[in-house]
Amino acid sequence: MVLIVLIKQLVNGIQVGSIYALVALGYTMVYGIVKLINFAHGDFIMVGGYAAVFTVPFLVTLGMPPWLCIPAAVLVCSCIGVLTEKIAYKPLRGAPSLSVLITAIAVSLCLQNLALIFFSSAPRPMSAVFDLKPVTIGSIQFSGISILTILLSLSIMVALQLFIKRTRMGKAMRAVSEDSEAAILMGINTNRTISITFAIGSGLAAMAAVMYCSAYPQVQPYMGSMLGLKAFIAAVLGGIGSIPGAMLGGIVIGLVESLTRHFNSQLADAVVFAILIVVLLVKPAGIMGKNVGEKV
Amino acid sequence: MKMNMKRLTACLLAALMVLAMTACGGNSNAPASDAGNSTSGGDAGNGAASGETIKIGCLAPLTGEVSVYGIATSQGIKMGVDEINAAGGIDGRMIELITLDEKGDATEAVNAYNSLVDQGVVAIIGDVTSKPCIAVAELAAEDNMPMLTATGTAAEITTIGGNVFRTCFMDPFQGQIMATFAADNLGAKKVAVMYDIGSDYSQGLADSFKAQAGAKNMEVTAFEGYGTADTDFTSILNKIIATSPDAIFVPDYYGDVSLALIQARTAGYTGAMLGGDGWDGVLGALPADNLSVANNGYFSNHYATADEAAAKFLAQYKTLFGDDGNAFAALGYDSAYIMADAIKRAGSTDADAIVAALAATDLECVTGHVTFDGNGDPIKSVAVTEFKDGEAVLNAKVSA
Repeated sequence: MVLIVLIKQLVNGIQVGSIYALVALGYTMVYGIVKLINFAHGDFIMVGGYAAVFTVPFLVTLGMPPWLCIPAAVLVCSCIGVLTEKIAYKPLRGAPSLSVLITAIAVSLCLQNLALIFFSSAPRPMSAVFDLKPVTIGSIQFSGISILTILLSLSIMVALQLFIKRTRMGKAMRAVSEDSEAAILMGINTNRTISITFAIGSGLAAMAAVMYCSAYPQVQPYMGSMLGLKAFIAAVLGGIGSIPGAMLGGIVIGLVESLTRHFNSQLADAVVFAILIVVLLVKPAGIMGKNVGEKV
Repeated sequence: MKMNMKRLTACLLAALMVLAMTACGGNSNAPASDAGNSTSGGDAGNGAASGETIKIGCLAPLTGEVSVYGIATSQGIKMGVDEINAAGGIDGRMIELITLDEKGDATEAVNAYNSLVDQGVVAIIGDVTSKPCIAVAELAAEDNMPMLTATGTAAEITTIGGNVFRTCFMDPFQGQIMATFAADNLGAKKVAVMYDIGSDYSQGLADSFKAQAGAKNMEVTAFEGYGTADTDFTSILNKIIATSPDAIFVPDYYGDVSLALIQARTAGYTGAMLGGDGWDGVLGALPADNLSVANNGYFSNHYATADEAAAKFLAQYKTLFGDDGNAFAALGYDSAYIMADAIKRAGSTDADAIVAALAATDLECVTGHVTFDGNGDPIKSVAVTEFKDGEAVLNAKVSA
């Protein structure tokens, strides 16, 4: 009996973790290329959530499958991401990284408050996007959503890895990440490269939003802040900038959270944030990150 | 009584705008015309007994941050007084209601109270929020002014003086009620609690539920806390469900409650889910295709919308004021009736007689059957609402 409960907690941990992983992929992608921790990433998820909430009823009345809200949400989020980069981050490209970090926090607060004005603080219910049956193995039940989330996270991880390692655009991204001035000299359009990075990162946030809202069918203006923070910790734990690291970090954080809740429900958040402190003290580069000295 | 503050701040701007417009026309000349009428009986401080009308003072925040509460409560009080007057008043004498705005501020409330005393009121219905209510209660206790607050929930208000009473129950009382309900109405033997460790409201209800569960010989199999921003309750629920409780008490607001309901049912729990007045609105926060998760869910509130008296009140309130009534309005309305009933039974407007009559109140109200304990807190039956396939129905009225 105790064992079955523990296995259930592990399954739930992987489910929660796969959502953290999906969000952490977006963090790590942007950080890996632009060296910016985009603290507004969690709020892009909120924007994606609202985009999905409003398009689902529309799609249903048109007789189309509700999962088509994913492209809609991705489109909205990519536009917001690119716009944010152009308005808020681009003018600060030469500024110290602290300025950009603070701007990212401001963007996050700005998006939250805009959502409060437009949509009010009342949570909005989200109707089902996917019609998935749970999979039962023995007495353990896996929800369809969690299996889909894990598969989606894995395939996005592989696709991103291939995109960055194998395509021309990916090569340009790596070049910009390495040395943006030298990249310009090599004929790379850095502005366009950074815009595309943001578009992809925000698009990932939109996908995470739809998966998150399928598991927890509710959208409200502050939904992104805690989710974003935990995913950030996942990205740091896995090694920020490392794409497989984000995946691993997400799953580990999900498992730790679920198991801590099992033994002492009030300690869960404290333990997760303690992980951040320990990682930064012991292995700042994270589990899979490369330990590269800061260029001065 | 707590409501979702975030949501209310949103309503606030709208309410302020409406007020800004009506204040010049309707609201502000109400006290002015009252002052004009009061010349007949206003010469002696406590001499309203000799006048034609019986003056009752009402304090409420009609403007400012908490005006949402004040407007609803004062409209409820006005509705009650108008009905009583239309039915012949108190032994043929009309009630003259003098409503003053105290802007949700303790200093303003004290000034408004002094102004009411100067105008010769025989009793006060108010204040609405706890802080100004405490300030006014201290003065009222000195003056031996009969005072009845409709909605002040702070425990200390009624302990300030023997002349201070309240109509609402205090928040933790709901935990006690739901534990009684679980034991007596649902026959539960084992119960579990999950609550938000970041919320006084949630924690207060959880603690009082646990205490009453002990008194009712129910075993509390789990007592689990979660963070305010948490959305994943499955781990906690897995642990709770493993202890196979007959009922799970979740004293939180409707947003988190709807997520907890979905996850509890997904995790395979079919037993009862219980909560307090924060549950009001759960059905609206659930996806329309998933309302059945709320089945076998019960919550306590000041009134049940499915209750006949409450439904009648809410319909009447809507026709009079155009907006949907809430618990604040219902408590204000009841306060008007409780006060009028006490003055009628007192047979005079003498303060001691009114206080004695208030203490002996035994009245059927919209928000339950009201009698007072030695503190001046109500001993009421509480309406427990049940969800059945997307409908809220009255399940029981429970007394502690």
